[in-house]
Amino acid sequence: MSGHMLSDLRPGQKAVILSVGGERRFRLRLAELGLIPGTQVQLRRRAPLGDPIEIRLRGYALSIRLKEARKIEVQGGERIGKGAPVR
Amino acid sequence: MVKALLCGNPNCGKTTLYNRLTGQRQYVGNWSGVTVDKAQGVLRTREGEMLILDLPGIYSLSALSMEEKAARGSILQEEAELILNIVDGTHLERSLYLSLQLIELGRPVVIALNMLDELRAQKGGVDCALLGRELGVPVIPISARSGEGIELLQREVFRQARQGRPPGAPAYDADTRRALEKIQRLIADACRARRCPPVFFAARLLAGEEEAAQELGLSSKCLREIEEISGQYAALRDDRAQRLAAARYRLIERITGRAVRQSAVLREWSEQMDKLVLHRLLALPVFFFMLFAVFSVTFGPPGRWLKGGIEQLIAAAGEVFSRLLFSCDAPGWTRSLIVEAVIGGVGGVLSFLPQMALLFFFLSLLEDSGYMARAAFLTDRLLRVLGLNGKSFIPMLMGFGCTTPAVMAARAMDNERDRQRTILLIPFMSCGARLPIYALFSGIFFPGREGTVVFCLYLLGMAVAVLCGLCLKKTVFYRDSSPFILELPPYRLPRLCDTLLHTWERSRGFLCKAGTVIFSMNIVLWLLQHVTPGLQPASGAQESVFGALGSLLAPLLRPLGFGSWQAAVALLCGLVAKESVVSALSLLYGAGDAAALSAAVAARFTPLSALSFMVFCLLYPPCLSAFVTICRELGSLRRALAAAAFQTGVAYLVSFLIYSFGLISPLNG
Repeated sequence: MSGHMLSDLRPGQKAVILSVGGERRFRLRLAELGLIPGTQVQLRRRAPLGDPIEIRLRGYALSIRLKEARKIEVQGGERIGKGAPVR
Repeated sequence: MVKALLCGNPNCGKTTLYNRLTGQRQYVGNWSGVTVDKAQGVLRTREGEMLILDLPGIYSLSALSMEEKAARGSILQEEAELILNIVDGTHLERSLYLSLQLIELGRPVVIALNMLDELRAQKGGVDCALLGRELGVPVIPISARSGEGIELLQREVFRQARQGRPPGAPAYDADTRRALEKIQRLIADACRARRCPPVFFAARLLAGEEEAAQELGLSSKCLREIEEISGQYAALRDDRAQRLAAARYRLIERITGRAVRQSAVLREWSEQMDKLVLHRLLALPVFFFMLFAVFSVTFGPPGRWLKGGIEQLIAAAGEVFSRLLFSCDAPGWTRSLIVEAVIGGVGGVLSFLPQMALLFFFLSLLEDSGYMARAAFLTDRLLRVLGLNGKSFIPMLMGFGCTTPAVMAARAMDNERDRQRTILLIPFMSCGARLPIYALFSGIFFPGREGTVVFCLYLLGMAVAVLCGLCLKKTVFYRDSSPFILELPPYRLPRLCDTLLHTWERSRGFLCKAGTVIFSMNIVLWLLQHVTPGLQPASGAQESVFGALGSLLAPLLRPLGFGSWQAAVALLCGLVAKESVVSALSLLYGAGDAAALSAAVAARFTPLSALSFMVFCLLYPPCLSAFVTICRELGSLRRALAAAAFQTGVAYLVSFLIYSFGLISPLNG
């Protein structure tokens, strides 16, 4: 089963990071902040304008944009079901 | 003197600890990157003296942002005996990442585990002795806020500085350790020759950091061998840094798994607060309401009332001095110099102090509480349209206070292009020093609607920034905007004394400027106004040096509606300091007090030309100190000059458009 992306999580859902894609510097910065494969994250909320998103990991809150969250593969939680808009 | 470097993550209470240790008051904010320059102070105890260098708050030493570069540079260059690492006890895992890198430097490290009070409130428990044993460095629990544990920390710091031994390399997993040891052997000679910490450089090389190889001046043969070792560590070049980071976190997890008895639970009220402040529908209304509230208190009745009080005091002082000088038969020119130039000019500027202080107070309150990071979170989507990001928001907002610190605050941005774009747009955020101009003109020409007029001017500044941002995005700085990673720190109740202190610190800057630059400017202006170009005493102001200069420039300003030599001269003075525009006008019109100035301005401007003048003041280049800062931050005089020319052009164009449209519109007259 292929995993899905961090951006697909619904607010409140938890998941475990499988892989982090994207630009090298961005991946490094996230890794330094503790967002590495195996880390448990929770999507807390989307900003009122839909983007960026707030995630929780290792006991603190971090904000990243959807564009980047789409490159972070996670396992667990569930894919957004029917009807809900997927951006 | 013994020297210690103070390092830590942003928002971990580093500056509070610095203030506690050195007694020096420096700005503290609940926002990444408030410490924009390194500060130093002296720690004095019975045991001796120690110089403490406060470095910018950073997450790691890999130097992805300008601040990290600055911090790493200081750490590698400074011959410090000790590294004092402050970590946030409530965010222990993330904080320890930097600690591991600091331990790799091979210098004595003392870890101060901060937020003891919060940790307790959140039912968390950390075994500091065990943590210290695992890391191989002393760990002292403290609360920088309440002062708990500070004495113990001071003793430990002195002890370690005197006889501390550098800690051993962190106990990473076998693969990582082996790779690091192999690289260390290869670079041992180069490190010894250049006095570079070998473990730290081995880690940088393993992570594929090319700069490290250049700094050590490694041979190509050596580089090939390192490449081979790294290749075994992680086949893809791009994955190496990530794998090393993961190795560090695995070690951290192992250590905290033992040392953390109970992990902190999230604070309920901070969560509840975010539910409201970041609510899907309410967040933006709350945000704009807060901005509006700040502006209406500052520029509405409370601010005006305070300002009125100060004005009366100054008028009284002018009166007293005038009588005093008259009674002791002082010559007319001294009376004119003291009453008009000194009291009238400087006093005019001082009367705006209450409003500036109020604005600074609110900005400090927002920063200290942690709301500023939320503001960045909320506004990122909007600012992205301009090719900026949410992190530009704070520097931009600070621009409403003063351009100079705002430009420096942009250093916290991790992307160079975004930073430069932000710096170019900050001057369009109307700074506090321009307020006296708006207050004067809108008070005379738009009585009862001052608040609206000033608010519209602020909006206009932002609108121009938006347009310019769009242009810059399309032309000079074209590139897709960079990734955005922002920590949202927990809310902290700002302590009133801290906030008042920050307000005072910032206001003091304004006062010093009023006391020095504007004071001397006023005397110079007074001279230039009373002396002809041939250095003879001028019979009238228009014959003076300034009259001549102003007359030269005035025709250029005529299409904008204020082509008088006085206005031209006042604008020239504004290039040095915006505060002096009003005092220059009062001097040039020979007005001794606020009432006389109002009468003089009312006689020479129309509502339309007043509006045009205010708009020009809003948009034309910022003051000299801001220009110097911009020049330094952009790293090029040419670019700073180009920016100033651009701003002058924009100001001229917009004022011209407003004046011309106003003239033909039916609303005029």
